Amino acid sequence: MKPEVKLFENGKRLDGRKPHDLRKIKIEVGVLHRAEGSCYLEWGGNKVIAAVYGPREAVPRHTQNPLKAIVNARYNMAAFSVDDRKRPGPDRRSTEISKVISEALAHVILVERFPRASIDVSIEILDAEAGTRCAGITAAAIALVDAGIPMKDIPVACAAGKIEGQIVLDLGKEEDNLGDADLPVAISPRTGEVLLLQMDGHLTQEEFEKAFDLAVKGCHTVSELQKKAILEKYGSMPEAE
Amino acid sequence: MPITPSIKRDYLVNLAKQGKRADGREFNEYRKIEIETGVISKAEGSAKVKIGNTQVLAGIKMDIGEPYPDTPNEGVMMTAAELIPLASPDFEAGPPDKKSIELARVVDRGIRESKIVDVEKLCIVPREKVWMIFIDIHILDYDGNLFDAASLAALAALETTKVPIESERFKSLLKKLQEKFPTIEKYLNDHPKDFSLPLSEPPISCTSVKFNDVIAMDPSLDEEEIAETRLTVATDKNGHIRAMQKGLSGSFTKEEIKKVIKASIDNGKKIREKLYKSVGK
Repeated sequence: MKPEVKLFENGKRLDGRKPHDLRKIKIEVGVLHRAEGSCYLEWGGNKVIAAVYGPREAVPRHTQNPLKAIVNARYNMAAFSVDDRKRPGPDRRSTEISKVISEALAHVILVERFPRASIDVSIEILDAEAGTRCAGITAAAIALVDAGIPMKDIPVACAAGKIEGQIVLDLGKEEDNLGDADLPVAISPRTGEVLLLQMDGHLTQEEFEKAFDLAVKGCHTVSELQKKAILEKYGSMPEAE
Repeated sequence: MPITPSIKRDYLVNLAKQGKRADGREFNEYRKIEIETGVISKAEGSAKVKIGNTQVLAGIKMDIGEPYPDTPNEGVMMTAAELIPLASPDFEAGPPDKKSIELARVVDRGIRESKIVDVEKLCIVPREKVWMIFIDIHILDYDGNLFDAASLAALAALETTKVPIESERFKSLLKKLQEKFPTIEKYLNDHPKDFSLPLSEPPISCTSVKFNDVIAMDPSLDEEEIAETRLTVATDKNGHIRAMQKGLSGSFTKEEIKKVIKASIDNGKKIREKLYKSVGK
């Protein structure tokens, strides 16, 4: 399909970004009263709120694991978050995203500490504009920190993609719709472990490598913003040893 | 009664005997109300309402669809509420339960029966095509009194809604419809630009609960949990009563009801001013 809109003009993208620029990110920690931990995150036109409940007894009981906690992330889009109203409730897409996010988070949470428990993570997409799953994971990670859930690292996500043959960071709405490829990546920034990796579109091996490296670079930038937001709420970083 | 609520009950009842509420409010006093509009860019209208720690988000989406056969000249309005697990440890994922359906219906009734939206002005082609208003209510943080918070959020969202008739989507949709219904041309000439919903003065809902012979307005979650009975009164700007709903198994005396109505009119007035201020009226 030939894009009717030009995604690049004089080396600038539709929203004025350069190829390796992120959209604007705003993070607020601890925005909900009832939840044990919460985070509100704006990423470009995305508005996401994440909340954590638990560790608490997993119900129904047959879901309990006697050796570790289960991690239940639930990605849900508000009916008014998209152009054409979305029917409330889970669909196939959100069920899949919930699953891969749960698995990504379970890798960094010290689940062995809480046998038979569940750690429930709600991710609500209030306003959607491409890259909601990356925004969701990034917000969920901060909500887990806010809830005091012990973790090996603070996971973070960011996407790269290809538009008009160029590898770019963090696709916007038109770029996602009209571009050639989208590659969301979640990592553990301390170790570089890849926690989530999806791709749709068309990339050569070489392009993949470039896009992957760029996405990881984006993750590290977002990771700094995560830490900054957490420190703003919880004070200073402990002295490095 | 389970253990925790019974301890809470003793505590709140003892406080009430000294004329106090747990958060220091007067019995006819609301928690702090904040209204923020235009918070969701994808929605045609939106508002976030905070009453104390309770947070509710309402979003309006517009579409074009067919009217109900018994009201062929009227736009269609639908209200849905989601008590998502984000908002409380007790809310579970899944299809809407009794509680969210009751909430959606009470909010819907408040708007529908008081005829705030002039649905006849939302007719495009009689019997064929009308505007549909979808009011979706997302509970973000549940600390009591969802009825008032959800109603207020829905009203503020409606007040700020712009029908996006100039958008590409509706432009092309209406153009296609015009081939089938040539009379649309007149409608399009009458509505060349995005327009606000045709709204009239909204009644404001105020909720009170009763426990151990005291009546508390704008119940917190703890107060709601021990409440014996509940009364919601919607009043308009003239101080007339427009809707009432009693809930739970306890009872009121006539004197108590009169007291609740009086307090609802007083608080309704203040809340209406806040609503108008938030939407720039």
